[in-house]
Amino acid sequence: MNIIGHKSIYLSISSVLVLVSVVLIAVFGFRPGIDFTGGTLWQIKVDNPQAGESAVRDTFLNLGAKEAIVYRELTSQSYLTKLPNLSEADHQKYLSALKEKFGQVEELKFETIGPTVGDQLRSRAIWAIVLVLLGISLYIAFAFRKASYPVQSWKYGIATLIALAHDVIIPSGVIVALGHWKGTELDTNFVVALLVIMGFSVHDTIVVFDRIRENLLTRKGSKTFSEIVNDSVVQTLARSINTSLTLVLVLVAMLIFGAPTLKLFVLIMLIGVIFGTYSSIFIASPILTIWHRFGKSK
Amino acid sequence: MNRRTSWIFVVVIVLISVAGAFFVYPNNKFLPQLEKLSPWKLGLDLVGGSHLIYKIDFEKVPDNQRSDTASGLRDTIERRVNAFGVREPQVTISQAAGDYYLNVDLAGISDLTQAINEIGSTPYLEFSEEEVSGTSTVFKSTGLTGKYLTGSKLDFNQTTGQPQVALEFNDEGAKLFEQITERNVGKRVAIVIDRTIISDPVVNEKISGGKAVITSPTFTIQLARSLAQNLSYGALPAPINLINQQTVGASLGKDSLNKSILAGIIGTILVMLFMIIYYRFFGFLASIALIIYAILSLTVFKFFVTMSLAGIAGFLLSIGMAVDANVLIFERTKEELRRGLSRTSAIKEGFKRAWPSIRDSNVSTIITCLILYNLTSSFVKGLALTLLLGVVVSLFTAITVTRNLMAVSVKDKTQ
Repeated sequence: MNIIGHKSIYLSISSVLVLVSVVLIAVFGFRPGIDFTGGTLWQIKVDNPQAGESAVRDTFLNLGAKEAIVYRELTSQSYLTKLPNLSEADHQKYLSALKEKFGQVEELKFETIGPTVGDQLRSRAIWAIVLVLLGISLYIAFAFRKASYPVQSWKYGIATLIALAHDVIIPSGVIVALGHWKGTELDTNFVVALLVIMGFSVHDTIVVFDRIRENLLTRKGSKTFSEIVNDSVVQTLARSINTSLTLVLVLVAMLIFGAPTLKLFVLIMLIGVIFGTYSSIFIASPILTIWHRFGKSK
Repeated sequence: MNRRTSWIFVVVIVLISVAGAFFVYPNNKFLPQLEKLSPWKLGLDLVGGSHLIYKIDFEKVPDNQRSDTASGLRDTIERRVNAFGVREPQVTISQAAGDYYLNVDLAGISDLTQAINEIGSTPYLEFSEEEVSGTSTVFKSTGLTGKYLTGSKLDFNQTTGQPQVALEFNDEGAKLFEQITERNVGKRVAIVIDRTIISDPVVNEKISGGKAVITSPTFTIQLARSLAQNLSYGALPAPINLINQQTVGASLGKDSLNKSILAGIIGTILVMLFMIIYYRFFGFLASIALIIYAILSLTVFKFFVTMSLAGIAGFLLSIGMAVDANVLIFERTKEELRRGLSRTSAIKEGFKRAWPSIRDSNVSTIITCLILYNLTSSFVKGLALTLLLGVVVSLFTAITVTRNLMAVSVKDKTQ
């Protein structure tokens, strides 16, 4: 199998996907959820068949809500509504109005987040991302401190970080697209999913790079650098795919059978894990060889 | 390690796992004592409940008294929450950017609305005095608040028979009250509850002894009684505002729990099937190690962790990762077999050579979990904690347990 030989195809596919994601993020931007902006998320189950999205929305608007977004959640046959920050008094007022209008109303979930808490969550999320990136970079530097000829250790580090950026940007593009066309909002869970993906992405890449280092040490001789890298990728192919596949199996089970609240988290993880495996095979190692050739021709 | 010690290890770990399985099985009918030892602790998002965050308004409390006042406030709210019968309420104070917050977790309560109302209605009592500003007189806080109360009760005016609320101050409060009444003879002093003036009687003379009454023409017996009760249960030392609320209905929580358990079981079976189909006998051993892994982690969780939905998600992710070390070891072993090593030496080499990759690749996940655990709110903490514990336990089961299972079941053909 010649993976390194066809690297331009794989790198092009990824470049296009990353570019599309970056453009989507730049053009549409993220849709922050109430976690980060403050506001109220209310999930109610109304058995009355006469109720509908618009009837529920009108109930809120008639009572003085400035804005109300209502849509139907199909798996639990309930309404998800998003309102500006609601006080407890208003919450009770709206609830009794709904009961009066539609009869039996069950509150599945009521979440209201004040703007100060939203700010706090946002700054914590940003800190978490910065610290994880820093921690992982330091760790990569440490893990590859023993350089082996002809690749300096920092090149492994940069290649790992490029693969990591790839694995994070693509799911971000997906959520922006979902936000634009489906109204999906970015919440704390999304940030957590990205951070966990960062951990996994490095996990996969390290396995391949470890093998490249080992092969460089033991098989110096007639083989070119590209051949050695290719051998290493092929030798580790089964384990790269299998370690991710076991996680993919669990994620798919969670997506199909698991709690609806976690579906978005699971979907983002799934995309991240699949692209993380792809990048450890088709991105990180090819980048090393390009670098090597570039360095030689100078 | 020789075969004998491996056998002992395998027998011991299997016995521990069987005991663990009985322990983690919910509502075990055979051994109810085990259930009492440490029952499953489930988060609000699984049993239904409310997570409330109040911001404490410390405008009128000097900086150096804030942390004391906050802990007094915490105790007061906890007493109130206990009074309306919440199972294991959690009331904590947190601090961020110089502001204090009161976090209240109410689990498995049938009437959340009432609970929230009662916490919210806890009165904030304050005495105010007149202050002339320009042409009008306004009331200004005297610093005498509900903090200084030792008790309050329903009382009746001896001449009119009107219901009223009798207040009793502690020594410090009595002194303050004496000073306030002394400097306001002939003027009005207002009794303010939750920023509303309840009554503003004219002070006739200095009052010593730390006793006062609240009267109001609007008082009915019932109103006066509930005010007296609320004041004595906990007149708050500082006002609080509800800024954040997360409530999950019991039915949604139960649904999330059941679906997560189902997804976990299906996910585990899929992983085991895959391992057995791809790695055959080795995969079968890895599947046994995976079951042992699941039981051991659940045992740890049942003792030490309150399981939230995020926590379950972290555990399920760790199931997907737990066999990773096995995959690395088996792939390496297969390579060594191809190089012509005997089965036992190939296994030995496989473990030895796969170890650096296993160690390096798990560290990045551990780093992420540690940062998430330390930097985020309670819901995400659950995921970070279970994933972290899961990774650590899986290193033990995927390596040590699998190694011993292989040692007792694999023999070189020639021997």
